[in-house]
Amino acid sequence: MSIRLTNIAKTFGRTQALEPINLDIHDGELVGLLGPSGSGKTTLLRIIAGLEQADAKPAGRIQFGERDVTQVHVRDRRIGFVFQHYALFRHMTVFDNVAFGLTVMPRKERPSSGEIRARVHRLLEMVQLEDFAKRYPAQLSGGQQQRVSLARALALRPDVLLLDEPFGALDAKVRQELRRWLRHLHDELNFTSVFVTHDQEEALELSDRVVVMSNGRIEQIDTPEALYRAPANRFVFEFLGDVNRLEGDVRDGVLTCGDARLAVSELDDGREELLLRPHELKLADAPSDAAQLPVTVTSISPIGAEVRVELEADWLPAPWLATVRHADFERLAISRGQRLYAIPRRWHRFDDATAKPRQATAA
Amino acid sequence: MQRIGDAPRVRRILVISAVLLAALFLLLPLVAIFAQAFAQGVEVFWRNVSNHYTVRAIGLTLFITVLTIPVCLVFGVALAWLVTRFSFPGRRLLQTLIDIPFAVSPVVAGLVYLLLYGRNGWIGNWLDGYDIQLMFAWPGILMVTIFVTCPFVARELIPLMQAQGSRDEEAAVTLGASGWTLFRRVTLPNIRWALLYGVILTNARAVGEFGAVSVVSGAIRGQTNTLPLHLEQLYQDYNTVGAFSSAALLALIALLTLAAKASLEWRAARQEA
Repeated sequence: MSIRLTNIAKTFGRTQALEPINLDIHDGELVGLLGPSGSGKTTLLRIIAGLEQADAKPAGRIQFGERDVTQVHVRDRRIGFVFQHYALFRHMTVFDNVAFGLTVMPRKERPSSGEIRARVHRLLEMVQLEDFAKRYPAQLSGGQQQRVSLARALALRPDVLLLDEPFGALDAKVRQELRRWLRHLHDELNFTSVFVTHDQEEALELSDRVVVMSNGRIEQIDTPEALYRAPANRFVFEFLGDVNRLEGDVRDGVLTCGDARLAVSELDDGREELLLRPHELKLADAPSDAAQLPVTVTSISPIGAEVRVELEADWLPAPWLATVRHADFERLAISRGQRLYAIPRRWHRFDDATAKPRQATAA
Repeated sequence: MQRIGDAPRVRRILVISAVLLAALFLLLPLVAIFAQAFAQGVEVFWRNVSNHYTVRAIGLTLFITVLTIPVCLVFGVALAWLVTRFSFPGRRLLQTLIDIPFAVSPVVAGLVYLLLYGRNGWIGNWLDGYDIQLMFAWPGILMVTIFVTCPFVARELIPLMQAQGSRDEEAAVTLGASGWTLFRRVTLPNIRWALLYGVILTNARAVGEFGAVSVVSGAIRGQTNTLPLHLEQLYQDYNTVGAFSSAALLALIALLTLAAKASLEWRAARQEA
């Protein structure tokens, strides 16, 4: 079931939580709404669900497939909703929680109790909790509770599954596992899913497309690869990863900042700010022709596929972060306090006025 | 290691003074009531309690209480629901208004009701034309009892429902539940302990209310006398044993209420664990 939002806006009192928004989500897609807190992503999700009413002016429209659901009550929208803190009914067993949606159906449509039992057990099997049917929510771990809440949301076979920071309250390892498992479930059952997250990694890993939001606006909608490779503006670039800043004066194609110098032949004279990703920095014993950026190593974190090195210098207002391969790390014998030279492979620049990115590969 | 404020001497002094005060002001009077009631033996106590007027007073008190509780229950739940689930102008004001019966002296409440609904009152005058008498009859007693007890249930529910939020209800609605089903299967189980607790407090107050009732009842022996009013009359008549027999009954109801409250709290705590 595709979802189409046209001109959806939301104001709370005097604050505008959402500027008029248009969004198309395709049938069977898994879309992440990504943004910092206060960006309006949860409000948008709750409006899609019908838990929140969009502003009457401008008159917006929400369509599920061909069906206009703008005025349809949550109850009749045929959505499944998963809450951040699970919202399981604590006085009911796991079984009764999952069966709830089926047991409150009007008598005429309600399946027989035998069928309900069979369906709930199938759902519990799917979320690998068959043995926990008689337990109460308080007796389960966070990850298990969230799986119950997913099974509960899927019991009515919704066209659309909406998840509000579904893994936000879980620890890193469980989160990773549940992510993989949600992706799998989505591909298998083929519903349309929209989830909210403030975790870039989660959004990029899980989504077919990511909607990046800030201040009630959509900044960019794209596939994770495109988003990372070609961010539409400075906000998206900064939000999607660590950023090193280099600010200085450009004259005759050379940017100067204290005793640091970088050749930037593409840029006109004037004040400039360049942004660099940590993996786009090379560390070396000596400066190159194009870059003379002397730095001092202040801390080293060797955990993971790459070594994270923190760098400081007199000419830097805030420390830089560089990630280097373990092989390079050993070859350079990097240690704390060592003086090195940073050599950018690539840098980015956003013209705030036009919001058009410019990127260049350092010579 | 010793924690702050846990000096053995301070603790001993505090414990002793707490026990002493409790014994002097709470336990001793209770014992005295029963001692006085049974001063001339069980038989005299029984004769006093089974006295026609006493039985009528007990009957009226229970009748008023039985009518008050459901009214306060429905009112309290509706009000708590309104205040915690909806946002509208005047919501805070309404929350303050709930406390009026607590803030105002019951005697004042009784007087105001007399002023409004008495035969010479604004509304009472009009009702009198239809031959309806509220004051100096049981409807008047019921009205002031409801006034005095109506905040208990709402006061218990509002903080709880505020803390719980509406997430459970939202979840239930996305699963298709509505109206009565939603209330019965999701809201009610979440608030049942607080609700029962509120009912117990309502009950205790309804049985024991004196001030407001004494103004509007007229204290007609055998007709509009509730147990607390009857007790006071007996005492004014120098019938000490009779007065204390009624007092013992009231104290007994209070003790039963406290026991019910303690057991509820215990069960609720066990359920939370």
